Amino acid sequence: MSGRRSRSKQSSVSSITDDQITDLVSKLQHLIPELRRRRFDKVSTSKVLQETCNYIRSLHREVEDLSDRLSQLLASTDSDSDQAAIIRSLLMQ
Amino acid sequence: MMNTPQQVKNPSSSLKSRFITRFLGALTKITAEDPISSSSPTRIFQRYRRIKVASNKSMAYSVRSRRIWSRAMLSRFRSRRSAFSGRRSSVKTTNCTTSPPPALIKVTINEKKTAKGGLDMQTDELRELVPGGEAMDVCNLLDETAHYIKCLTTQVQVMRKIVDFYHLSK
Repeated sequence: MSGRRSRSKQSSVSSITDDQITDLVSKLQHLIPELRRRRFDKVSTSKVLQETCNYIRSLHREVEDLSDRLSQLLASTDSDSDQAAIIRSLLMQ
Repeated sequence: MMNTPQQVKNPSSSLKSRFITRFLGALTKITAEDPISSSSPTRIFQRYRRIKVASNKSMAYSVRSRRIWSRAMLSRFRSRRSAFSGRRSSVKTTNCTTSPPPALIKVTINEKKTAKGGLDMQTDELRELVPGGEAMDVCNLLDETAHYIKCLTTQVQVMRKIVDFYHLSK
């Protein structure tokens, strides 16, 4: 651990502790569905980071897929501002 | 129709409602500018792209400049807009991500391999996925990632409900 602070080139790494990183990594773990079930297991940081990347990619794909479906649904409906208001009220519940 | 009652007033529900308002406004605009009769594949693809951009933009604007990732995304949108303003037709579609050139990434990996037990190396992939991730220190990266994921899941959740609504109303 002694060599940890030997990097003088990085400017913003002044007081990052291992505990801080552990906390942040476990916070991430709780957000990822894959890993949430294993809450009481020890999941390695590397695994959490890997699953985080996979999860973000799957969310990006979902946004694309839903945009695709919306583009086709909107093509065949007479959408007007009333519908927008209806949807908004439904979603706000 | 699925109802998720959110009685508790918390910041994330106002973020969600800001996103809903913006995104629905964008959808209305996109549909209004597009004659419904002409739904050629090209039109639909253009609409798909506009909807996707609207979704990401709506979320970034709803978060405003409170987060590093949202600031990075907003500046990306602004620079893309000014790049497009000069040229109109048949412009090569640029991708959303502006990652540093490959040569730069390789140098960074070599430097960081010697430090901090490889953690920096493990975060390289994550840095490319989170907007603005390249310049963040590890703490910020992990914190921003958590917020970014929450926002993405909100986006997906809202979009799903809208899709369901349109399905049901047909």
